[in-house]
Amino acid sequence: MRSKEVIHQIVSASEFGVIQKKLSPWEAVYQISALRKAAILIVLALIWEFYARSVNNALMFPTFSSTMEAFYTGLMSGSLIVKAWTSIEVLLMGYAAGIALAGLFTVIAINSRIGTDLLETMTAMFNPLPAIAILPMAMIWFGLGVQSLVFVLIHSVLWAVALNTHSGFISVSNTLRMVGRNYGLRGFGYVGKILIPAAFPSILTGLKVGWAFAWRTLIAAELIFGVSSGQGGLGWFIYENKNLMDIPNVFAGLFSVIFIGLIVENLIFRTIETRTLRKWGMLN
Amino acid sequence: MIEDPSIPLLDVNGVTLQYKTRDHLITATYRVNFEVLQSDRFVLLGSSGCGKSTLLKAVGGYLAPTEGEIRLKGVPVRGPGPDRMMVFQEFDQLLPWKTVKQNVMFALETSGKHKGRAAEDKAMQYIEKVNLAKFADNYPHTLSGGMKQRVAIARGMAMEPDILLMDEPFAALDALTRRKMQDELLDLWDDTKFTVLFVTHSIEEAIKIGNRILLLTPHPGQVRAELSSVARDCLLTDEARELERRIHNMLFVPETETETEVSHA
Repeated sequence: MRSKEVIHQIVSASEFGVIQKKLSPWEAVYQISALRKAAILIVLALIWEFYARSVNNALMFPTFSSTMEAFYTGLMSGSLIVKAWTSIEVLLMGYAAGIALAGLFTVIAINSRIGTDLLETMTAMFNPLPAIAILPMAMIWFGLGVQSLVFVLIHSVLWAVALNTHSGFISVSNTLRMVGRNYGLRGFGYVGKILIPAAFPSILTGLKVGWAFAWRTLIAAELIFGVSSGQGGLGWFIYENKNLMDIPNVFAGLFSVIFIGLIVENLIFRTIETRTLRKWGMLN
Repeated sequence: MIEDPSIPLLDVNGVTLQYKTRDHLITATYRVNFEVLQSDRFVLLGSSGCGKSTLLKAVGGYLAPTEGEIRLKGVPVRGPGPDRMMVFQEFDQLLPWKTVKQNVMFALETSGKHKGRAAEDKAMQYIEKVNLAKFADNYPHTLSGGMKQRVAIARGMAMEPDILLMDEPFAALDALTRRKMQDELLDLWDDTKFTVLFVTHSIEEAIKIGNRILLLTPHPGQVRAELSSVARDCLLTDEARELERRIHNMLFVPETETETEVSHA
């Protein structure tokens, strides 16, 4: 019964229209992650506004609108911008130095067994140690200036970045390593052209974590130990306004910290990620 | 390429390979001999654990023999180099941060074979050979497994190495793609007559791809036989089936039985 062969003609794709339905406008808008996030931010701001109005105590919890007002005034008078820039300047110094040192440590670590042990031991010891805890000592060693802030920033960046970079290097697949060596690459060429791009997902994570640590450390340091080198940063701005009981300005300071954090995360790191890892398919 | 035809292109002479794991020293191959001539499609065939991949890596220069010597064009192999291009089984052998064209060009440029425009032309020439010209600007993660392997082959061939080392390049592909890739590889060989050392665990693939087949038995890998394959137009004939049966018997009928019989006699 079934012994007969049956061979069908295949209909070529051009003979039927490919079925493709456009998304409805609502679905299309929902696809854009920036819009979804913006919606979340608006909802949060609304909740803030309504809650603050119900509390109705500007000293305890100012409204979103009064915070925005203080933020706007601060921006216009330039005082917030100057304070923020003071913070960012110190931050960038510490961040850059921390990354450079982390690079150095990792290069030592991948080149020798003892270097690996050194890095592992050092990160195990110092990563859990809060940077703020060593600030009093740093101030005794380096004085009440930028140096001691940079020192604690290095401490907060170095171990996070080194740890992530190193684990990224370790997890580079053996095949890719062999491919690199097949081309005759060795030394710095091998690290720069094979290991660093291949470990880039971990490195970028390290940079993000390092950034967040540095930012927190700096604001906390400024809050606790106040002004350094004559001009305070955002932490000092918050502290100062708390003493003056100018709570909307305290919130404006906090808002600036959040705002800068959001910009760095969503513009800088996100752009790097889109242009590298997402394009390369290295992000799941 | 070789001035003196009496010198084989690749000479593997009495090679014993050992490597260390955490608590063992493992002998992967024991005194293996073979010679690969210009334009050979030389296949190393054996089941897993026969050290065929380790042997290929030693030819690649990733592993030094504890005994014996590997010579390429009469010169002992010391370390990896672009004169022996590897094609791996793993799909992740392409650099994910480079496009298809950049992957091939990167090999040419870093090894110093070609620069700039010349590298680009050479890369495109081989990408066209593996029918991927349309995908030259794609990143590897957008390609299928078979396409990735074709890029890896194009990359290996574009370097025009003395010998192409292929480590089970089709093993991770589905059966249909695999057959297609085997045919394509043979077409490429017809085109450029490159020399290839090909590792596989499939008897069928060995007969199809190779003109010479080296059979390795496991634990540790030792040469069981070196055979000539059948002509390419005889692949579906009784001759090929007979060869397949012989190879199967040599690899899988336990030698120990016959040996014990002999020793008791």
